[in-house]
Formats: sequence, C-alpha cells, structure tokens
Amino acid sequence: MPRHVVAPVADIPPGTRKIVTIRGREIGIFNLAGEFFALLNRCPHQGAELCRGTLVGLATSPEPGVFELSRRGEMLKCPWHGWEYDIRTGQSWCDPNDTKVRAYPVTVEPGETLAKGPFVAETFPVAVEQDYVVVDV
Amino acid sequence: MSQPAAHIAQGIAQGIAGGIDCDVHPAIPGMAALLPYLDPYWQEQVAVRGIDGLDLSSFPPQMAAHGRADWRDKGEKPGTSLARLRADALDGFGTQLAICNPLYGVLAIYNEHFAAALARAINAWLAAEWLDRESRLRGSITVATQNPELAVDEIERCATDPRFVQVLLLNQGDTPLGNRRFWPIYAAAERHGLSIGIHAGSIFRHATTSNGWPSYHLEDYAAHAQSFQSNLLSLVHEGAFTRHPGLIFVMIESGFTWLPTFLWRANKTWRGVRAEVPWVDRPPSEYIRDHVRFTLQPTDAPPTGADMARLLAMIGRDNMLLFSTDYPHWQFDGDNVWPDGFSNALKRRVLRDNPMNAYPRLKEALQ
Repeated sequence: MPRHVVAPVADIPPGTRKIVTIRGREIGIFNLAGEFFALLNRCPHQGAELCRGTLVGLATSPEPGVFELSRRGEMLKCPWHGWEYDIRTGQSWCDPNDTKVRAYPVTVEPGETLAKGPFVAETFPVAVEQDYVVVDV
Repeated sequence: MSQPAAHIAQGIAQGIAGGIDCDVHPAIPGMAALLPYLDPYWQEQVAVRGIDGLDLSSFPPQMAAHGRADWRDKGEKPGTSLARLRADALDGFGTQLAICNPLYGVLAIYNEHFAAALARAINAWLAAEWLDRESRLRGSITVATQNPELAVDEIERCATDPRFVQVLLLNQGDTPLGNRRFWPIYAAAERHGLSIGIHAGSIFRHATTSNGWPSYHLEDYAAHAQSFQSNLLSLVHEGAFTRHPGLIFVMIESGFTWLPTFLWRANKTWRGVRAEVPWVDRPPSEYIRDHVRFTLQPTDAPPTGADMARLLAMIGRDNMLLFSTDYPHWQFDGDNVWPDGFSNALKRRVLRDNPMNAYPRLKEALQ
C-alpha cells in the first residue's frame, strides 16, 4: 500500500480539513486537535461528498430532557441526509456495525524521513525542516 | 383461574379458541347507570343539570357500525347487556378472558373535577356490574387525563383490584401522548404492572386531522391511523419509552397494516436529525417493536392473504398483534375475525401468548 505525502502539517490546522485526490480517490484529511484522520469522500449511504459535511459534536443524553455534547468537531454530518460519522473510526453513529465510511491510516512524518522514501510525494516539494501528513492508500 | 374446559383446551391447541380478547366494549347505558357510583354532590349535579348522553361522537351508538346487526337488540344501546356479551363475544369465540374498554365522555369534559368523579364512577360501575358478575372479564381503568394528578389517584385506587389490567387513554385528546404532562400516569401504570391502552376516538377539541377539520365522518375515521402515528412519534421522541422501559402501550383499533412504511419513515428521519432527541439512541422502530402492541380488529387488510403474509414479515415481529373482536362494533361478519394470511402458529401467538406478554396482570389469571 503506497504511502502518499498529502500536505505539510501546517496546511491543515486543528479543526480544519483538506480534501485531496490520491490515485483517483477523493479523500478528506481531518485534523482533530493535532491528530490526523483520513476518510473517503463518499458517503456509504448514497454517495454524497461526505467530507464536505458539517463538523459537529456528539450529542448524547442520559435521560429525556438532558442534553450533553462531547467530542466537539469530531463527528461529520453528511451534507445530503445528515447521517453522522465518527471521524476517528469512519463508523456511522446510528448504524455502527453496518454503515462505515472507508478510513485510511494517516501518519505525520518529518521531511527528513520522507526524503529517504519510499513515498509518493504529491505536487509539492518536500522540505526537510517541515512535518508532513502521510496517508496509506 | 382453573384449567380451561376441554373444548377450550382443544381450541387453544388448534389456535381457534381460548383466546384473550383485548378489546370488548361494555356500554354505559347513560348517566342513570352511573349515579349509584357517584358521590352525593355529583349525583345531585348530574340530576339538577340534566347531564346525560356523554357518548363520544367519534363513534356514535346510533350508527350501524356501532353494533353488528346480530349483536344488537332493538331499542338497546349495543354492548349494554352482559348476557349478550357472554353469548356473543365470550362463548361465541371461545374466549378465555376479555378486556373491557368502556368509552364515555370523560376526556371531553372541561371540568377536571367532574371528569375525575365520572372516571371513578365508571371504574366502580365496571367492577360491580361486569367484573363481579363474569370472571372471564378484565377491566381498563378510565382516567381523566385533564389532570394527571387526579388520574394517578384513580390508578392508585383501582390498582388494588388485580382485575384491572390497563389504563385507558383516548387517541385524540388535546396534547400528543408522549408529552411529559402524562408521565406521572405512565409511572403509576409501570409501578403497578398495568399497561397503557390508547383507544381510537376523539374529544373533538382539536381538528381530527392535522390539516384541519374534514367534512365527512369517513375522513375522521380513516384519519385515525394518522393520529395514532402522531402519538407513536410523540411517545418515542419525547422519551416516554426511554423513561418507562418496562411499560407496554397497546394501540386499540388503530389498524396495523400501515406500520412498515411508517417505521421506515420514522427510522429514516431519525438518522438524519436524531441530535434533536439524543435520548433516542436506537432507531424508533426498535422502541416501537419493544413497547407497542396493536389489537387485531379492525384490520385494514391488503387484497390477498399472500400480501398480508408479506406485510406481517415486514412488521418483523410476531409478538405485536393482540387478538380482539371489538365487540359489539361491526368490523367483520360471522366468526370471520381472522384476516387472510395469518398462519396457525401466528394465530396461537396472537390469541394468547401476545396478550399475556402485553398485560403482566393477565399472567396470574392464566397460571
């Protein structure tokens, strides 16, 4: 599984995302407070561009009338039908066992390592003094 | 209760008798019949003010469907005779137990004190005039939901009598039935092992459809399914099932063949906007399948038995339907209480197993 260098870390600050194309696939790269995750930009429900959806928290409740919100910005709501996905796992919140968006391993690598390969750099030069987001596709 | 007679036992084995009829209607002849069960103040008020005829106009006694021709006596309000109910509904269907759902205008009365007094009288009348005289009968507790505190008092009073097996509510009141206002009633029912029955009917305080007032009775009648759906949505999404995990709700005369498409729509909508109601942490269909039961009659059957079998498969559980005749109302002819498409195995469940599981208080009677 080739490893693709998709962006300098500084290009995707915490709380933001970047959609990249790797080997013909659109993939959304998400930075959750410094941790990176990658999901296929295609909702398993009906194929919407999932990674362009709204970032929300996880709404839960211990009992009727009590509202709790945790994991702010860690859920992705599909722009078509509002299904929520856990960015960390790709699982649908409503149907975690049977509905899952494809997730890809992501690492952060120093430019120094990348210079040695074997990586597929995208259309930007890699500098040794920077860290990069690398996705296994 | 002792062992069933031999012919009943045989009927049980064949899935044609020994059933628990979850909807029969002893009729209140009029206020005169309730007077002995009202306290002196209300006795005098009823007499002085000439209060009578509190039948609900959603299903008036004079219409043909209110009493099957072979189940009514000329000049009598259908359902007023215990002898007829015995012969027609109990012996007629080999029924082992039947749950009485008297419908009278309690919920339509604005004065909540009078409504509560009337509910109390109806329950006392039911116990004395029907349950005491026929051991195969069980009762539903009429309550005045206008004031849940008073309703809870009445539940507490009646719950000491094990023959009362459910609390009876009306489908079209003035607030969707999942509303928190009703939760004390649900808590009291749960505490006492009573189920909640929601019966078709309206107090006509609001339009009988969500689009406003229809012009014709048939619109009212057919639209009942719509308002049952509204109540189910309310019960799920307000969190009534979440809060009362042990409680069973029985939809009485709601029909059930609309369930599959309704459940699909409810689930689909929940997936999109469930954050509005985060306490609903499973698909609505799961709450409904776990908590809600439906009486058999009237059945809005599809054209063929094969269609019905497919539909039952879509409903997906064989524990949701409860045998009922809706006696003396005219929902079917002869003894043709079963729509086409029910297997014998399913009939057996619907006749006995499902009612026993829906009404915890019936189990003791049948052990």
